[in-house]
Parts: sequence; structure tokens; C-alpha cells
Amino acid sequence: MRRCGRVKTWLLGTFFCSLLVFGAEPGQTHSGEQRNASDLSGIPIVTFKWHHVEGPYTVALWVLVAGVGKLVIEANHHVTAVIPESALLICFGFVLGGIIWGADRVQTFSLTPTVFFFYLLPQIILEAGYFMPNKLFFSNLGGILIHAVIGTCWNAATVGLSLWGCHMGGAMGDLDIGLLQYLLFGSLMSAVDPVAVIAVFEQVHVNEVLFIMVFGESLLNDGVTVVLFNVFDAFVSLGGPAIDAAEIIKGIISFFVVAFGGSLVGVLFGILLSLLTRCTKNIQIIEPGFVFVLGYLSYVTAEMLSLSAILSITFCGVCCQKYINANMDERSVTTVRYVMKVFANGSETMIFVFLGISAIDKTIWVWNTGFILLTVLFVLVYRIIGVFFLTWIQNKFRLVPLDFSDRVIMSYGGLRGAVAYGLAVILDEHKIKERPLMIGTTLIVVYFTVILQGITMKPLVTWLKVKRASSDSEVTVIEKVQNKVFEHMLVAIEDISGQIGHNYMRDKWNNFESKWLSWILMKPSARKKHDHLFSVFHKLNLKDALDYVAEGECKGTLEFVRNENAYIDFKKKCGDDFSDTSMPDLTIDMEDTTIANPYTRRETVPSISLEMHEQTMNGVRESEDINTHHLLQQHLYKGRKQHRHRYSRSHFDVNQDENEVQEIFQRTMRNRLESFKSAKMGVAPPKAISKHQKKDALKQFHKDHV
Amino acid sequence: MGAAQTRAAHSYQDLSHKTGFSLEQIHILHKRFKKLSGESETISRENLNNITALADNPIRKQIIEAFFDKRNQHNGEVGAYEEIGFDEFLMVMSHFRPPTLKTSVDEKTAMRKEKLRFLFNMHDTDSDGKITLEEYRKVVEELLSRSGAIGLEAARAIADAAMLEVASTSMPDMPADYFYEGITFEHFELILNGLEMESRMHIRFLDVDTVTMRCDRN
Repeated sequence: MRRCGRVKTWLLGTFFCSLLVFGAEPGQTHSGEQRNASDLSGIPIVTFKWHHVEGPYTVALWVLVAGVGKLVIEANHHVTAVIPESALLICFGFVLGGIIWGADRVQTFSLTPTVFFFYLLPQIILEAGYFMPNKLFFSNLGGILIHAVIGTCWNAATVGLSLWGCHMGGAMGDLDIGLLQYLLFGSLMSAVDPVAVIAVFEQVHVNEVLFIMVFGESLLNDGVTVVLFNVFDAFVSLGGPAIDAAEIIKGIISFFVVAFGGSLVGVLFGILLSLLTRCTKNIQIIEPGFVFVLGYLSYVTAEMLSLSAILSITFCGVCCQKYINANMDERSVTTVRYVMKVFANGSETMIFVFLGISAIDKTIWVWNTGFILLTVLFVLVYRIIGVFFLTWIQNKFRLVPLDFSDRVIMSYGGLRGAVAYGLAVILDEHKIKERPLMIGTTLIVVYFTVILQGITMKPLVTWLKVKRASSDSEVTVIEKVQNKVFEHMLVAIEDISGQIGHNYMRDKWNNFESKWLSWILMKPSARKKHDHLFSVFHKLNLKDALDYVAEGECKGTLEFVRNENAYIDFKKKCGDDFSDTSMPDLTIDMEDTTIANPYTRRETVPSISLEMHEQTMNGVRESEDINTHHLLQQHLYKGRKQHRHRYSRSHFDVNQDENEVQEIFQRTMRNRLESFKSAKMGVAPPKAISKHQKKDALKQFHKDHV
Repeated sequence: MGAAQTRAAHSYQDLSHKTGFSLEQIHILHKRFKKLSGESETISRENLNNITALADNPIRKQIIEAFFDKRNQHNGEVGAYEEIGFDEFLMVMSHFRPPTLKTSVDEKTAMRKEKLRFLFNMHDTDSDGKITLEEYRKVVEELLSRSGAIGLEAARAIADAAMLEVASTSMPDMPADYFYEGITFEHFELILNGLEMESRMHIRFLDVDTVTMRCDRN
């Protein structure tokens, strides 16, 4: 079956590719044709109107081809485990580019800056911002900023100056590049690329702090990159002599304006979005639309004002996530999350495919061994030096210092990607004579980092024994409670000892936020639901519901027909202790995307969907069993996974339905607590678990929800 | 004046050995202590209660109690003080000292155990060596008291669930009608084994100079 599927995908792939090539050809050769009515000899029954649809057709076809390419690549997991998907997509792009080149002798399709910066990049960054683990991000913000700002400037300066030095030394032969142009080239090479970082790190699952450092840096360094690029571009245009102190000072000021301005624009749009979603109670169907539109608007508004667009859309996502998740209807939230992932995934695929295709273009290949090799070398070496130096400084101030393996991964994870390529293509041909060389070199650096570093990242992580994301431990309730206790304790000790520390700030912000911001930006009903431990309670319900069901099944009173989509594997043996086997395939672990096999991609959303398929039930079943099943189904909600901050581009976890059933929890708790208490203590059974209060609680609960 | 200063210097040395703080850190904390106590030698619960910033803290009572708990002084006594002196104050603060790059692995495990003990003592209010259901309930209720959304019942349910969890993991073969008395320290340690505490029970207060200390707290 699978083999058959693979053959099918190959066939499909080749078919669409050929269609594309075929489409490209007439597009080129018949470019000037016009349709004259006087040419007709009779009424045409069917006409081939390629021009009519050329634009949209090509776009749609490209999206399809990229998607099919991804399908083909994903067919074999053994390959994707070793080579990251991004690398394979680039290779696929090579193949496609080769085909098109072979058909046309000219590269008709390549990654143009407009398409990249306006249509492909924004959704990736929006997705990154929306799914950003805020708490982690902001508590590491200092470190991230150090790397983003100082690290990027260091990279730009050193790469540019070293190349210039080598040029002066004659290592590159005869090139027409001045110092300023080298600095410009250095600045566009310096940016760590968020797309590449996500693509590679997603498969590696390093610990959270490490991930957020690299990822945060890749997002925030856009502010610096934009400024550096524009400043040096302006310098190149002005020419050497026109640069004096005033210009340099203007450059420095522009950095602050661009970075903070961009962030501010993003925050404003985030607030606007939150306010909008607050008012959409009556027309929930358009809520998801607002999210995407406003996100995109924040991007282009910042671009219009020549501020940092990536920073803008990042902060828009970061600021609004909490409020729109609370305000919007459950289904809208699901829609937004899923669509974002679809867009981001699609864009990323297309970017990598086009990066591959763009390589097969004769016009950009000006080979200069010295230049290319030295660039690659310097990019790598200076990154390592920069990161090690900065983390050394950081460790003096950090409570938990970054250890050696983390630092190695941080420096190795400085991947360059499509942003660098996009910036290189923007370069003006007239000002910069060696533009083709620069584009070619940029591409080679991108390939080097994405393909080579991508492939070797996983083995390196394993070899260095880097701390991985702590996924597999089920976070117990007691741990959660203790976490809260810790937080409060730290704040208290800080208060007693008179220090203003990290936790003091965070506490004050939380207070401010819950008093003022939530009041303005969240719907009143949402505010009530929004509490952390409450969600713990909710998950507990879920767990108990499952145990209840499992027990029931064991005793034979309930017959469940397993839904294909539900990865439930109830242990049929009654001797098993249900609480600790806990259905290993069942992904209802608290606050965690823990799956028995975490790295397999799953298209279907796991759920305990105990849907009964009437047709598959034998007639032999007792009607009593059917009744019990229906009864249980009435009371059990379809459990879905709670989203956790394990970053994954393709792995999507659906939000929990808030209508949890307290009743089941209470019911089972009552049974178990009987074993807890003993008569001699004279402790009355907990009042909470009595029938009357339960009903009242339920009623109260439903009232809150309505 | 001179004699008093040398006496102070001596006792600082002893304290430094006992608690692991450096001399300047002890000096800073002593200043703070004097501010809290209003220039007297000891502080009472009221002094700590008067810190305005603590008013928002849901577990304020437990933390203040922890300062007066004899068990945290590690001298084998049980019970509570009425007032504490600087030595006791410092002893409690030493639980929040971060490990330096020089602390060995053994010392780190010892420190972790100490912190867990501190936490355990905070919950085990009647000093019987076990956290019973009632005690844990109180903890959770206090914790959730600030976030009014939850309500007493849910707090109880959570506490019950937590106890159940501890019971089931530490004594998996518990017979059906066994009475689980409470969480002992060993169980507590076991269940919190996976919890990352290193970055959570440290205060960055130790390298700061007096200028940043807020003098207008009380």
C-alpha cells in the first residue's frame, strides 16, 4: 500500500512538473501574441486561453508543486530523520530548476525579493510570534538582545572587514569591491535566519532555553540587519568621502528608531487586534480573518514607515496571543492556529524550493574561489567567536550559566537563510558591480548552513549530550503546585531582603497585567476562565475520565469500538495498573505533547473520540451495553490536547474544550478518597464530593459559561 | 566603638562559615535586618508582616512562619521562636544562596536537599514529619486564594488530587482501605525529583551593593 502510494506521488510529481515546464514555455515564446477577432474563421468551440490565466495559474501550480514535493519527501521517514526536510526541499528545488533550465535556457522562476518579503515571509514570522512562549521569551530577553544586537553587529563588522583585508592582501584576485561594499555584504550575511533556525531546530528538540536564545535572536536581529543594510547601502550610494561623523551618528540613531519603532507598531497592532476580538461575540465567524489581516497590516505598516517589519509582526503576535486566545470562540482559536501552521508550513516549503531553483541560473554564477571560501570560513568562525565571547559575559550575570555544549549549539545554530538571499537580490546592480558574485556566494553560504549544518546538527546534539526538552516527564499536579509556591516564595524573599530582583519585576508586571490589561483587552467571561491551576484541574478531570473509562472497559461493562483516529490502546488485562501504564499512546498527558513516539508526524488529531460506529457494532451486543456507552458518551467530552510550548512547525495540537465535566472527576474522587480516610481520624468525608454540592457546582459552572 | 566593630567582624566570620555567605553579603543583610527590626536586636512576626510589598503575596503567612521555624535553623530543635535574631535570619536566608562555580556536585546535592527540606517544613506546619491532607489543602487554598476565580472546592479537589498522586507513586501497592497518613520527606523528595529547582530557589541578591536596596520599604 505504501509503496503504491509512493509511486503515485512520484507520478503526480512528474506530471505537475512537466505541466509547469510546459506552461513556462508558451509563457515565454508566445509573449507578444494578441488575439485578433478578425483572425477567426469560425466560432471556436474550445479555445486555449493560456494568457488569460497565466499569472494565477502559475502561482497555484507552484504552490501545488511545492506541496507535492513535500509529500514526496515525507514519504520516507528514514531519510527525513537524518537529513532535515529543508535540505531535501532545496535539493528538490535543484532538480526542478534543472528541468526548467533545460526547457527554457533561462531561469524563469526564482525567488524574487517582492514575493519573498511580502508574500512568503510574513506568515512565518506571524506564526512564530503567535506561538512564542512568552514567559520563556521575556525571562531570557536580556540574553537574546545581547546576541541579536551585539552579536549581529560583530558578525557584520568582522566578516566585512576580514574580507576586505583579504582582498587587500590579494587573496581574491581582481575584484571591484570597496570597503563599504564589503561592509554591506557583511551586514547582509550576518543575519541569523528564523526560517532556517525553525526548520533545523524543530527536528532536534533541544532544551527550551537554548532554543529560545537562538530563535529569539533570529527574530530580533532583523532590527539590526535592516538598519545595517540600509545604512551601508546609503553609504555606498553616497560614496566614501561623504561619510562623516554626522552620518554615522544618524546611522546609530536610526537603529534605535527602527528597532523600537517597529516593536511599537507591532504592539499597537496587537492591542488593536485584542480589542477587536473582544467585540466579536456576535459574529464569530470572521474572527480568524481579523487575526491574519491585522498581522499582515502590522508587517506592511512597519515596512511603509521603513521600520523593522519582522520585529513588528513578531511583537504583534507576542502581545496578542494571550488575549485573542481568551476572547475568541474555541473554534476560532483552533482555526487560527491551524491555518497559521498551514500558511507557515506552505511558505517555508516554497521558500526552500525556490532557494534551490534560484541556484540553477547561469547569470549569477561568477566563481571566485577565494571570495566564496573565505566568506564561508569567516561566517562560521566569527559566529563561534562571537557567541562564545558573549555567552562568557552573559554567564557572569546568569543564575544558571549556559554550559559548554549549549554554547557550541548556539554558535553552530547560527544559520543563514532566505533573508540573506533576499537582501542580496535587492542589491543595486549599478552601484555594486559584483552583484552576481555576492548572490552566488550568499546562496552557497545558505546551502552550507542549511544543508550541511542541518544534517550534522542532530548528531552533534547527541554527541555533546545537550540537555533536551524535558518532554517525557509527566508534570504532576504536585509539581505544578510547587512551582507556584516557588514563585511566590522567591518574590517574598526578595521583598524581605529588600532587593528588587527579576521576580519582583515579573510579579509586578503580572499584577499590573491582571488588573489593568486583562480588564481592557479581555472579555469578562474570558477573564474568569483564565487561570493556570484551573486548567490543571481540568486536565485532572480528563485523566480521571480516562481512568474511569479504562476501568469500565476492564470490567467488561463497556464495549468501545475503537475509532481509527484515536490512538488509544487500552490494556485489556485487568491486572494492569491503569494509573501507571496510562495508555502510552494516549496523548492526554498533562500540558504536554508527550506521545509515545514524539517525533512521528501525525496528521490526525488524537482524541478520545469514543464515537460509536453503529454499523460496526455486531447485532449480538446487548442493548444494555449500548445504553451504557451512550450514557458515557453523553458525559464524556471529546478530549483534545492542550497546547504546550514545544515548538513544532507541523505538529498541531488542538485546544481543550472548556466544557469539562466536573462530575466525573468528583465521582471518581469520591471513590478513591474513601480509601484515604479512616474512621479513627474522625474526619468527615470531604464535603466537596457530595451529590448536592456537586449539582450546585455544576449549575454554577454552567452559569459561568453561558 | 572599635571593640564593637571587631566583635561584629568576628561574628561575621563565624556566620560566614556557617551559612556560606561572603562578608559583604552578611554586612548588607545585617543592614537590612536592622532596618526591618527598627534598630532592635530581634525581629518579630509583626516586623515582617509590616513589609508592604508582602501584602500581595498569597503564601505570606507560611513564609513568615518559616523564618520563625526552629527546624530551619538545623540545630535539631523543633517548634517556633517568638522573635529571631540576626543569626537565625541569616540562616533562613542561606537557603536561597545560589551555588557558585566552585561548589562541588556533592555540595550541590546537599544544597538541593536543604532547599527541599525548607519547603517541606513550610508545608508541614505541625512538625510531625508528614504533610497530611489537611495541611496540603491549606497550602493549595492559600495559593489560590488570590485568584478568586477558582473557589474553595476546586482548591480542595486539587489538593486531594495531589495527595492521591503522591500516594499512588510512592506506594503503588497500597491496599484499598489503607489510610495514607501524609507525605513524608522521602516521598516528597522522590516526587519532586524531576523538578528543576536550581534556577528557582536562588535570589540574585547577593552581589548587590547597598545603593540598590530600597530604604523606604517599611
